[in-house]
Amino acid sequence: MSPTPSIMSQPSEAGRFGEFGGRFVPETLVPACQELEAAFTEAWADPLFRGELDAILKEYAGRPSILTECHQLGARLGIRLLLKREDLNHTGSHKINNVLGQTLLAKRMGKKRIVAETGAGQHGVASATAAALMGLECKVYMGAVDVERQALNVFRMKLLGAEVEAVHSGSRTLKDAVNEAMRDWVASVESTHYCLGSVMGPHPYPWMVREFHRVIGDEAFAQCQDRIGDVPDVVVACVGGGSNAIGIFSGFVDTRARLIGVEPAGGAAVGRGQPGVVHGMRSYLMQDEYGQVLEAHSVSAGLDYPGVGPEHSYLASIGRAEYPTVTDAEVIEAFQLMARTEGIIPALECAHAVAWITREAPKMQGQTILMNLSGRGDKDVGQMMEILG
Amino acid sequence: MSGLDRLETRLRASRDAGRKLLVPYMTGGLPGWTDGVRAAAANGADVIEIGLPFSDPVMDGPVIQEASQKALDSGATPVSILEEIRTLDVEVPLVVMCYYNTIHHPGHQRFASMLESAGVWGAIVPDLPLEESGPWCEAADTHGVSTIMLAAPTAPDARLPRICARARGFVYSVGLLGVTGERTSLASTATELARRLKAVTDVPVIVGVGVSNAEQAVEACRVADGVVQGASVVRRFMASGADGVGDYVAEVRQALDRGI
Repeated sequence: MSPTPSIMSQPSEAGRFGEFGGRFVPETLVPACQELEAAFTEAWADPLFRGELDAILKEYAGRPSILTECHQLGARLGIRLLLKREDLNHTGSHKINNVLGQTLLAKRMGKKRIVAETGAGQHGVASATAAALMGLECKVYMGAVDVERQALNVFRMKLLGAEVEAVHSGSRTLKDAVNEAMRDWVASVESTHYCLGSVMGPHPYPWMVREFHRVIGDEAFAQCQDRIGDVPDVVVACVGGGSNAIGIFSGFVDTRARLIGVEPAGGAAVGRGQPGVVHGMRSYLMQDEYGQVLEAHSVSAGLDYPGVGPEHSYLASIGRAEYPTVTDAEVIEAFQLMARTEGIIPALECAHAVAWITREAPKMQGQTILMNLSGRGDKDVGQMMEILG
Repeated sequence: MSGLDRLETRLRASRDAGRKLLVPYMTGGLPGWTDGVRAAAANGADVIEIGLPFSDPVMDGPVIQEASQKALDSGATPVSILEEIRTLDVEVPLVVMCYYNTIHHPGHQRFASMLESAGVWGAIVPDLPLEESGPWCEAADTHGVSTIMLAAPTAPDARLPRICARARGFVYSVGLLGVTGERTSLASTATELARRLKAVTDVPVIVGVGVSNAEQAVEACRVADGVVQGASVVRRFMASGADGVGDYVAEVRQALDRGI
């Protein structure tokens, strides 16, 4: 008898996770998506490619990332709290895992240029970094609102040799940066790879980006076995598009652990959305009564997105993962709490996970909670300085 | 459905009579937009494409993006635009251009029925490629709405006959690698793809995206059966209203009629 397939196995041939996903792109991009799917499928099965990627992840990105126990905060909340320290990767977030995978693949496909979208700037910085390393030209689209609130990351990208274009259309945040990156790709598809930054977009991106982040869950699973001899009771991560959450969920989806993806109250695609189609995928989406996509509003630029990756919609629809929300006020509180109690400044995105844990701790007394600390908060210090006065 | 649909029948008849097909585009819901449609109809349009504005128009360049945003800001919705279409007194067939979520949200059957009762002949859905188009196309067929399929320069040869087989009304031959908007010259891909399509289908082939003036329209029509005029029409409408549209459509019409 063959073993039961994982809940997070390969999507269907049409790129579906249950009824979510797909490939809703302009005709111009269909051959590129097909070519990418074939190239990734082949590379992912090639030990040489895997070996090369593993070596870069280790020697350049600094993997494996460590597991840190929060003794003070855990004691205060009455739980055992473990952090998967993706903030310690090179460039300061989990985004580097995906970007190194995609740029290595882009080179293998003979592409000379990458385009990327970015919200908080973490994916943009990671893309600019990998492009510098691999000798690729790089252009990053970033909403004008985010350019303003993440000025430091904009400068970092430029230092790394990338061109950054501020996007002034629509809500001038992540959603519009994706639109503009897609428009660029439609025009440049023959020479350019679209280095999409989350588990979203048209097939094969949600699947491919998940596979590049699977390393987070694989490492964390082994580290938990080592440290606590068991799986944690709860695995928590923040969700915008959902790449860091998918990464850590992948290690625990077939265990008894509860999976929690925390969305911002102002960008709750699963919590407040309905199935819709934008950016190449069918997934939960915040939209009005006519299907116009609503603007998300969150203190965190990285989660300011009205949609969510299709596999999250699937996990929600089958009840395997839960997607609660936290407010900006709770997030700002949690950001400071982690800094003061543990000496770790989390990215505002991750502070969403901290906020949920803090709020729900009374119902989880004595339990072990694993949280993906997917990015460091240095980039948010300027913004917090303004908020806190 | 049996035989050809009414849009294809009509366009074939015009083509076979030696006429090049002219398809001006208007963003629905812009203040005064129905006057723009009337002006296009009165000055030689064969079909008029009406854009239903969407919050995230990934196939559109700056001009149509701006028009869409303006229409949305003035309160336009798919329902309000279809209601205006219903009462629009023009003889020229009207088709809509809409992004797929505009269809997906109400549902395929319901949206097809909304188009049918508004008197819309066809639909162009730029983010619904062949592989994802089945359920919508079936619903549209049921309601007598022609789904106009797009073909892009990146398509390998084997893909084109499959697209043409699914096309109703005409095939929208995407003129270049890129989004809608005016360019200084016609891309070589415009006539290349039209030629490849003409080699595999007898469905009318109409080039759109990047056909920017009368001269480029004539150039495209040396191979193709017609052209869509999008950003060039919308820009004139926003600058000088329905008169600007009427003058421009008449100019392209005359060029096509004498040009070949």
